[in-house]
Amino acid sequence: MLHLLQRPLEAAKPTRRTFLKMSAGTVGGLVIAMKLPGVAEAASDSGEFIQPFVHIRPDNTVIVLSKHLDKGQGTATGLTTLVADELDASWDQVQVEFAPSNPAVYANTMFGVQGTGGSTAMPNSFIQYRQAGAAAKAMVVAAAAKDWGVPAGEITVSGGVVSHASGKSATLGELAGLAAKEEVPSEPALKSPDQWVYIGKSFPRLDVKNKTIGAPNTYTMDFQRDDLLVATVARSPRFGGTVKSFDAAEARKVPGVVNVLQIPNGVAVIAESTWPAIKGRELLEIEWDDSAAETRSSDAMFAELKDMTTKPGVKVREDGDVDAALAAAEKVVELDFDFPFLAHGAMEPLDVALHYDGESAELWLGSQIPTIDHNVASTILGVPFEKVTINTRWAGGSFGRRAQADAHPVAEVCLLVKAMQTAGMELNPVKIVWTREDDMAGGYYRPMSAHKIKVGIDADNNVTAFKYNIAAKSIIKGTPFEAMLMKDGVDHNMTEGAHDTTYDLGVFSMDQSYQETQVPVLWWRSVGHTHTAYVMETVIDRVAKEVGKDPVAFRLELMKDDPRKANVLKLAAEKAGWDKPAADGRHRGVAVHMSFGSYVAEVAEISIREDGTVKVEKVTAAVDCGTPINPDNIRAQVEGGIGYGLGAILRNQVTLTDGYVEETNFDTYESLRMSDMPEIEVHIVASNEAPTGIGEPGTPPIGPAVANAIAAAKGEWVTSLPLTKAGLV
Amino acid sequence: MSVTLKINGETRTLNADPESPLLWALRDELGMTGTKFGCGIASCGACTVHWDGVPIRSCQTLVGDLDGAEITTIEGINSKAAEAVQAAWNELDVPQCGYCQSGQIMAATALLAETPKPTDEDIDAAMDGNVCRCATYARIRKAIHVAADKMEG
Repeated sequence: MLHLLQRPLEAAKPTRRTFLKMSAGTVGGLVIAMKLPGVAEAASDSGEFIQPFVHIRPDNTVIVLSKHLDKGQGTATGLTTLVADELDASWDQVQVEFAPSNPAVYANTMFGVQGTGGSTAMPNSFIQYRQAGAAAKAMVVAAAAKDWGVPAGEITVSGGVVSHASGKSATLGELAGLAAKEEVPSEPALKSPDQWVYIGKSFPRLDVKNKTIGAPNTYTMDFQRDDLLVATVARSPRFGGTVKSFDAAEARKVPGVVNVLQIPNGVAVIAESTWPAIKGRELLEIEWDDSAAETRSSDAMFAELKDMTTKPGVKVREDGDVDAALAAAEKVVELDFDFPFLAHGAMEPLDVALHYDGESAELWLGSQIPTIDHNVASTILGVPFEKVTINTRWAGGSFGRRAQADAHPVAEVCLLVKAMQTAGMELNPVKIVWTREDDMAGGYYRPMSAHKIKVGIDADNNVTAFKYNIAAKSIIKGTPFEAMLMKDGVDHNMTEGAHDTTYDLGVFSMDQSYQETQVPVLWWRSVGHTHTAYVMETVIDRVAKEVGKDPVAFRLELMKDDPRKANVLKLAAEKAGWDKPAADGRHRGVAVHMSFGSYVAEVAEISIREDGTVKVEKVTAAVDCGTPINPDNIRAQVEGGIGYGLGAILRNQVTLTDGYVEETNFDTYESLRMSDMPEIEVHIVASNEAPTGIGEPGTPPIGPAVANAIAAAKGEWVTSLPLTKAGLV
Repeated sequence: MSVTLKINGETRTLNADPESPLLWALRDELGMTGTKFGCGIASCGACTVHWDGVPIRSCQTLVGDLDGAEITTIEGINSKAAEAVQAAWNELDVPQCGYCQSGQIMAATALLAETPKPTDEDIDAAMDGNVCRCATYARIRKAIHVAADKMEG
C-alpha cells in the first residue's frame, strides 16, 4: 500500500532537492516583502496594500497571512501579534488568513520548505513577521510624509492611527493605497522590547469566536459544494495488504452511492453525501492479499524489540568503554522499558477535498507541509506546480498526524480523481472523509519501542557509566526526510532527549536498532522526547533513590552547564512547595526536560484511591521558552501538552493481533476526560532570549513526573506503559 | 420517507434515509456544519445537540425517530445559559483546535440550564462524555463556573 503511495512522491524531485539544500544550510535570507509588479499596482489603484505577509484594506482591515497551519496551538494569533506590534495596528482591526502554498515566499526558514512542525513556528518567524510589520509601517509613514508634506521622522503611529503634530491624522486603511506605491525597505528597524505593545501580553486568540458558534467553512470536514461528492476508502485492515478482489454489488445498491472504484491502496465508495459513502463501504466484500502485510501481534513485535536492545546497534554516542566502566562499578542499576504504539487521535479525523478539472487542481485541507502536499498533487495529477492551489483550513488537531513525508491523504484523493477520470466520470469536486476507525486503525503511530538501561555507580555514589540501548522503527529512515535528518546512518529523532543529555553520567553510550515493519510510524507530539524523557527522568529518580539523594537536589548536582534547565527545575520545585512534605495522602514526583529549545519542569502530585488506582491531582509547571510572545497561549499549550501526555500514559496503546488493530475508536483508545484532568499551574520564566516553541515541550515531562510520584507512593517505577497494564488506572 | 421536525425553531422536512444519523442530515442535507463528526459511536460528544433541551449524540440518533422533535444545534442556541457559556468561552480563550467545542458548549449549556450553580462533581458528571484531545478541560471547567456567575449576575 505504502509504496504505491510513495512512488509518486519519489518522482517529486523538487521536494527532495529542497530538503537536501536545507540540510546543507544554504537557506537564503528572509523574505519579508517583495515587488509584486502587476498585483501590487492593481491593488494600489483600488486603495489596497498587498505584501506577502500583510495586507491593508481600504476598509481599515489588516490581514496577516499565516504561513503556518494552526491546528490549535495558537500560531495564527502569534504571527498576527508580531505583525500588529511592529505595524502599531489596533488589535480590533487585525485578522488572520492562511497563506497560499509558495515555498519561495512562505518557507519555514528552519526547514527550507513550507511546513509546520517541531515547535518552530515562532522561532523561525520571530524576525521575519516583525520585519514584515515594520516594513509595512515604514511604507505607510513614508506615504503620509509625502501626502502631508512633513518629515517622516515626525510622524507617529499608534493603535492603527497615523498622526503628526500639525493635526494631520489618518488610519492605516486610508493610507494603504499610497503606501503600496512606496519602496519596500530591505532592513526595516525593529522595536526594542520596551516598545512592544502586544508581544509579551496576552491578547485574545483570533479564532475563538468562530470556534464557539460553529461557524461554517472552518475545517476541511465542513467543506461543501453543491456538486461535491464524498468518498470513503476501504483500506487494507492489515498494514501492507493489497486488494485481491472485491464485490461492490450490495454497496452500489445504497441510495446515494454514485460509484465504487479500485485505487492503488484500496476500494473507494463515491457518494452524493457522507452517510451513503459510509454505509456503502460497510457492504463491500473485499478479499485482501496479505502476502506482504504485517501479520504479527504486538507481543511478537515487542519481543523482537527487547531482543534488539540486548545486542549492539548503530552507535549514536560513545564516550568511552562503557562495558568496562560498568564492570568497574560498585553497583549497577538496570531497567528495561517498553512503550506502545500511540495514535494521535486528533478530534477531526483526516480529510481532504480536491477539485481537478483536467488542467488545474485546487485542494482544501489542513495542510501541515504544503510544499509536499503541493508536489505530490502536481506529480500524480500531471498538472504543473503553478496550476495547483492549496487552500489551508483550520485543522481540528494534528499532534503530528497531518505532517507526513508521503502526503498520503493528498496522494489518495489525487489517485481517486484519476480513477474517476479513467472511469469516465464527471470531475466533480470530491472530499475523502476518514472515519474515526480509519484514522485510528490507519497507522502512522508513535513508534512502539524498547529501552535497556544500565547505570554504573561507584563506591562514593557517583554515576560512572550510563549504557542506553533503544530499539524502534525509525520515523524518517526511508522517507524524503532521511537526507535532511539522518547523518551517518543515525536517526537522532529517535534518541533526542537522551543522547544530548546535559546530565553528567560518566561514560555515556547509546546504541539504536531499527525495527522493520509495514506499520507506518510518524512523529507524535514531541517525537523522540515522548519516550526518552520518560526513560531518562525515571532512571535519574531511581538512581537518586539508590544513592539516597533528593530527586531535585540530585538532578541539580548532575546537571552541567545548563542554567536554564536548572532554573525551571528550581522554580517548579519552589512553586510546588518541594521543600515541605506533601500533604497527607499525596505523593509527588518531578521531571525536567528540554525539547525544541524550551525547558519545562513539572511536579506532579498524586493520590492513590482505595482500589489502588492513581489520581493525578495537581501539576505545577515551570517553563522557559525564551521571550514569551503570548503568555496566556503558553499556559494553554502547557496545560494541553500535560493533558495530552497524561492521557497517553494512563490508558493509551494501539495493539495488533495477527496484524489487525485492536483499538479503533475512543471506546477502546480511551482519551483523557474531564474527571481525569488535574489542576495545573504554569509559571513562565521572564526572558529576553529568542523565542522557542511551546506546542510540544509541555508533553515530555508529565509521564515521568507521574511515574516518579507513583514510585514515591509505591516504591516501584512503572516501566511498561500505559498504566492500565499495571492496574494503576 | 420524510420526517418533519423543528430545528432551531424552524419547521424542517428531512428527506433522508430514516436509518441515517441526524448528524449527517444536519451537516450534509441542511448544510449546518457546526455539529461535528468525531467518532460515530457516541464516545466523544463532538456531535452533541439538544433534543427538547436534553443533550444527545446526533451520530447515534436516527432521523426516523425524530418526527415532531425539537432539535437545537450550536447554530441555534440563544438561551441565557448559552450566551453566558459562549461569553465565558471567549473570555478564557478556551478553544485550541476547537473541533470539539460545539459539543462542549452544547453539553455545558444543558448542564447550566438544569443546574445553574454546578459543583466540580456536577461538571465531571455532565462533561465526561465530551472528549477534547487538546485537553482544554481545565479552562472548560473554569469557564462553566464563570458562566454560572454571569447567569447569576
